[in-house]
Amino acid sequence: MPMKIEGGPFKARVEEALHNDFMRGAVRRAQDGLRGRKLAATNEDRDFEDWEAWRQAGEAVRRHTIENLDYYLEQLSENVEARGGHVFFAATAEEATAYIRQVVKAKDAKRIIKSKSMVTEEISLNAALEADGCEVVETDLGEYILQLDDHEPPSHLVAPAVHKNQAQIRELYAKKIGYTATEKPEEITAHTRKVLRETFLHADIGITGCNFAVAETGTVTLLTNEGNADLATSLPKTQISVMGMERLVPTWEDLDILVSLLSRSAVGQRLATYVTALTPGREEGSVDGPEDFHLVIVDAGRSKALGTEFQDVLHCIRCGACINVCPVYRHIGGHAYGSIYQGPIGAVLSPILGDSDAFKTLPFASSLCGACTEACPVGIPLHEQLVAHRRAIVEDHGEAPWFEKLAMRGFGAAAAKPERFARAGGTVRLAKPLARAWTAEREFPAPARTTFRKWFEERKGAGR
Amino acid sequence: MKVSLFITCLCDVIYPDVGKDVVEVLERLGCEVDFPAGQTCCGQPAYNSGYRREAVKAAKPMIEAFADSDYVVAPSGSCAAVIHEYEKWFPGEPVWQAKARQLAAKTYEFTQFLVDVLKVTDIGARYKARAAYHTSCHMTRLLGVKEAPLKLLEHVEGLELVPISNAYDCCGFGGTFAVKMAAISTAMADEKISHVEAAKADVLIGSDGGCLMHLKGRIDRLGQPVEVKHIAQVLNGR
Repeated sequence: MPMKIEGGPFKARVEEALHNDFMRGAVRRAQDGLRGRKLAATNEDRDFEDWEAWRQAGEAVRRHTIENLDYYLEQLSENVEARGGHVFFAATAEEATAYIRQVVKAKDAKRIIKSKSMVTEEISLNAALEADGCEVVETDLGEYILQLDDHEPPSHLVAPAVHKNQAQIRELYAKKIGYTATEKPEEITAHTRKVLRETFLHADIGITGCNFAVAETGTVTLLTNEGNADLATSLPKTQISVMGMERLVPTWEDLDILVSLLSRSAVGQRLATYVTALTPGREEGSVDGPEDFHLVIVDAGRSKALGTEFQDVLHCIRCGACINVCPVYRHIGGHAYGSIYQGPIGAVLSPILGDSDAFKTLPFASSLCGACTEACPVGIPLHEQLVAHRRAIVEDHGEAPWFEKLAMRGFGAAAAKPERFARAGGTVRLAKPLARAWTAEREFPAPARTTFRKWFEERKGAGR
Repeated sequence: MKVSLFITCLCDVIYPDVGKDVVEVLERLGCEVDFPAGQTCCGQPAYNSGYRREAVKAAKPMIEAFADSDYVVAPSGSCAAVIHEYEKWFPGEPVWQAKARQLAAKTYEFTQFLVDVLKVTDIGARYKARAAYHTSCHMTRLLGVKEAPLKLLEHVEGLELVPISNAYDCCGFGGTFAVKMAAISTAMADEKISHVEAAKADVLIGSDGGCLMHLKGRIDRLGQPVEVKHIAQVLNGR
């Protein structure tokens, strides 16, 4: 189960997270910064007047693409192949890693340089390559930090090391790579840069993810702020790009819309510092770029959502805006989710892509406040999808505590009959079995002496 | 103007005084208030917990109870928002969908009704306090009512409304979430309460009994001196 990260059941993870004041402080500060910047780049940016209109355009592009996914995947792969690239469709994570291992083996490659990519996390690519004796180096600063920290999993879709602060990172560097300078971000970054440049110059293969592939030209695009994807795509003679099967757009115009939405939603930038577009086939006179290009298109459970009430989740552009506003994530951080996909999108996506048993608690870890839905730049109704998961878990799989089932059955029977409902004292009294969990942390109000219903009847007669 | 009251479960059993304040405010503004006895619960606790079949059992008598009403007013943004969602609860049942649509079109949250339908923002209320307002998520995001309660509170004589940090963050109630995920729910409440404290407010006002019960329950457990009031109680202050 590659998406799952090590650790106990959800409740135990939550308990641990809630006692980790350090992590909670770091996450709160990061969240406030990220969403503040996003608001400034969307609602308050006068050059970008109508955020809602852009959002609707983004949703329309995503909907059209996903509804015609087979057509655009075929167009993409034809264009990549026409320019000499290789395309491999992987039905499972295992198929994807097996293909990549075989490419690496064929090149007799030992040193691999990577740009940040969630789909390669999803298929546990690093572990697979390391098992073959390869050295894999992450070039995204956050990912590099996590890699040094004994391959800690990411705790945020966009900012994987968001739960750590500068002092912790300095300590980690000192322990792992003999770092002696201060905890100033400039010094830490400069050191990382030096280390990564060495690796970059000697890498045999570059591996990247793919933010969006453009079907009409067979182009892979990558958005980074550190230029790290370019390390993986310029010098190595072989490049492998791995993409989730939904991560494509039909045209360059569509790409423009989604890049605008993604840059603003993720970190509040008008445009990511580097937007790299790579079309396979080294043209005559080019001084860099790979000679051999492989595009691995990964299904790994995505097609299970097609044609179901969860299809919209494939619209996701992995910006993390929902995570940055989620009050649950704010208090428990990313690792508590037990999945490499955290927050609201993780709670919707993980049960679809991964083993539903492992992730069946996640859809309940939401107060359904709707902040995620409001933040999503491509209009995914995330809180409604969480409810849809709950319904499937309860009604299709019958996986609910017996006392809850009993209480809800009682509720249904009473609610269907108004007189019986009034006599029972309404939902509040029917919910009494749940009161113990309430009073562990909060006071429970004593019900009033008479109900409103009774007061009104006595005041005015029996209704109408 | 004839107004039918949808009192909501919490208000009926736990906070009947809030209901009385709602009735008195509406009557003072010239409304004739009735209480259709066939009403039950909006079905939200069941729906949001995944029990769609049970939720629909609650929705049907609700739709029928208010079939003849001109306006339906509820002292809860969350319960009013659910009624606006009813149409989605009846896939493939056009007759019920149409009935649900009709009910949604005439259903308002209490402050929304005062401001948008009765067109009043100053109802002559007096309430002396330094107050923070808690925005309920379902009311602001799902029902789309953001300004109405603030406009009304601005005109309350003696009330000093103070802003709080991260005002639009959820308080952690979330219905059954509050008991299923009690630890997370409490952590969310604690942050909200810390913002109220930082603003030095002596009263926390809200428009949804669920959020208020959760926040008051936690405030009392923590032994904080902050009072918690439903907006109807403030607007009925004389």
